[in-house]
Amino acid sequence: MPERKKTGFFQNNSQLLIPLVAIGLLLIFNLIRDSSFFSVNIGTNNDGYPVLQGNLISILNGASELAILAMGMTLVTAASGGQDISVGCLAAIAGSVFVKVLRAGPITGWTVALGVVLCCLVAMVFGCFNGTLVSVFKIQPMIATLILFTCGRSIAYWINGGATPTVGSPIITAIGSFIPGIPVPTPILIVILVGIILSIVFRTTTLRLYIQSVGINQGAAKLNGINPLKIKLLAFILLGACCSVSGVIGVSRLSLINHETLLLNIEMDAILAVAIGGNSLGGGKFNMAGSILGAYTIQALTITLYAMKVPSTDVKAYKAIVIILLVILGSPVVKDAFRRLRMRSNSGRTSIGKEAA
Amino acid sequence: MTANSVSTNEAITARRREPVSNATLLTCISIGIFLTMYIVAIITLKGGFTKPQQVFDILNNNAHLIIIACALTIVMINGSIDISVAGVVALVSMVSVMFLKGRLWPAEGMSDGVRVALAACIAVGIGLMFGLVQGTLIAYLDIQPFIVTLAGMFFARGMITIVSAEPLQLTVSNEPGILTIVQHRIEMMFLGSPNKKGVIIPARMEVGVIAALLVVVIIAVILRKTRLGRHFYAVGGNRQSALTLGINVKRTRFQAHLISSLLAGIAGFVFMMHNVSGNATNATAGEMDAIASSIIGGTLLSGGVGNVIGTFFGVMILATIKLIVVASGLREPWWQTITTGAMLCFFILLQSVVLSRRGHKMKLPPWLKLTKG
Repeated sequence: MPERKKTGFFQNNSQLLIPLVAIGLLLIFNLIRDSSFFSVNIGTNNDGYPVLQGNLISILNGASELAILAMGMTLVTAASGGQDISVGCLAAIAGSVFVKVLRAGPITGWTVALGVVLCCLVAMVFGCFNGTLVSVFKIQPMIATLILFTCGRSIAYWINGGATPTVGSPIITAIGSFIPGIPVPTPILIVILVGIILSIVFRTTTLRLYIQSVGINQGAAKLNGINPLKIKLLAFILLGACCSVSGVIGVSRLSLINHETLLLNIEMDAILAVAIGGNSLGGGKFNMAGSILGAYTIQALTITLYAMKVPSTDVKAYKAIVIILLVILGSPVVKDAFRRLRMRSNSGRTSIGKEAA
Repeated sequence: MTANSVSTNEAITARRREPVSNATLLTCISIGIFLTMYIVAIITLKGGFTKPQQVFDILNNNAHLIIIACALTIVMINGSIDISVAGVVALVSMVSVMFLKGRLWPAEGMSDGVRVALAACIAVGIGLMFGLVQGTLIAYLDIQPFIVTLAGMFFARGMITIVSAEPLQLTVSNEPGILTIVQHRIEMMFLGSPNKKGVIIPARMEVGVIAALLVVVIIAVILRKTRLGRHFYAVGGNRQSALTLGINVKRTRFQAHLISSLLAGIAGFVFMMHNVSGNATNATAGEMDAIASSIIGGTLLSGGVGNVIGTFFGVMILATIKLIVVASGLREPWWQTITTGAMLCFFILLQSVVLSRRGHKMKLPPWLKLTKG
């Protein structure tokens, strides 16, 4: 019996294997190349507070926006079987609204909270727009979100009134880098917070089940009394909320909003994170942990390349090679070949167990 | 003889009864909207729109986009997607500029014409290589096309800065011979229009435009008349039934991606001929423009529906909208893209409504029916 349980665990989580292997290989590679890559030390920042520093921290910190977007993207991918390519633009719009609210008056805790709530609402409205196109008008997600992809950053520019305004305040710095007295970068804490909220939602509600059933077979879900339109809409609205959180983090890091460069090309990375996490881009079952690991894999790869003194413009080419290797490993053909190999080597011992499983 | 004529007659009547297909309908809508838009622009805005040169300017500036939009149309009909095309365009334009400048290897003693021809061969070669790798990964290893071509895009964009860190440009002082070949314009006196002094300036068209139009015609013929084209539609429409019909699905998908990347290589050379420069930011977001053009032209991302004539008009519509926005006095930089987005939204909604309405048969009320039964 215990053996059977073990195989069950690996079957359920086999999709986590690829991101875990990828991160493991990257870390081993770094260990061989330069063992000081892993050193985490406590330094002091400009204000004299203790802060954690090191490559590992910068991986965790730098991937924050991506991880949050990957969570939302997983939901959309699972429910609609397509991808939202407007997340970067939505984050830019949300960031612009945030800055607009902050610049209206003196920056206090309340105005920051108001800004966060307002930009979250605006992003959710845009997410609702995407979701309506996808669910009510039955347009493929990629095409539907192409509209905002085309004009999203221009809308952000419009909101800013053709400028790239700055917001300087200790509260903004606290969101973007460190809260005084806490050595862990705040974006990491925000990712953990979002993750906890989502996992509580999944534990206490049937959202996860509903999203998966809509993604696997919309007609069957409908016959079982689930409204697929509502579920898809909800997934897009949640993604909108995720976009606003990443937008706020992105703005707070630099204390300014630049509509052109804020989270540029992050939509591709977010989709990649979902795919590396072993989730099917065709919808259905999903594994949130896989997507988050995928996001950290991408960031670890980028930081490794930076540590190897690869110029930032060349990083993409090496990233592409690693991505291709990863997806080849995860491709159904290669997986089948592996399974056949394993079956052949195990055929003597566990053929009966396999039948039972 | 009589039997023959009878059968052709039957064929003709059969064709007449055949309802208009979705693709044709959507294409007709996009052609109609383009013509309406252009005529309205001529009447209300006048300015450049009254001159034939305006059409040729649009073509000159968008020749590469027409070609990659055709590539996207083929891939989308096949039920797949290729977002690496704009990256390949940028990479090809960079590499061919490097070759023409003699940076790749010193091609001394070679006449300018031969060098341009060789550069074109290199462009096609790069495209074919991308197609081979991507096609193999997508068709034979069954990896999601989005991810493979995304990696292709990253690879192409990254390679540009690896092969040359700084942007390159063909200049009159260094490469006069090559520039005259590459920037050769075809002058059409009969379409010319007088300038302020009354001298007639002929309409100018670049060589790349002819290449683009040729590509449109060739792809249209392939899709319409050949077995390969039918296979594209069949595989895109329903892969499982295509398989049961005995179509080699894997090979068809491979061929679609091969052709798409090949076209991207050609488009890169055309882009180079127009811009005579290599730069990492060339053709940024071109893949999305190409996808948008295909959609406006009536191609569905789900596969099985579409044609390149519509795609051609899709490119023209997108380009014309931008011109109209500028000409109508909205000078803030954001209006161009916001209008483009709104237009895209309109077309996408229109398609959705048209396609969902066509499922329901229009029922005439009984008192309107002329025939009995």
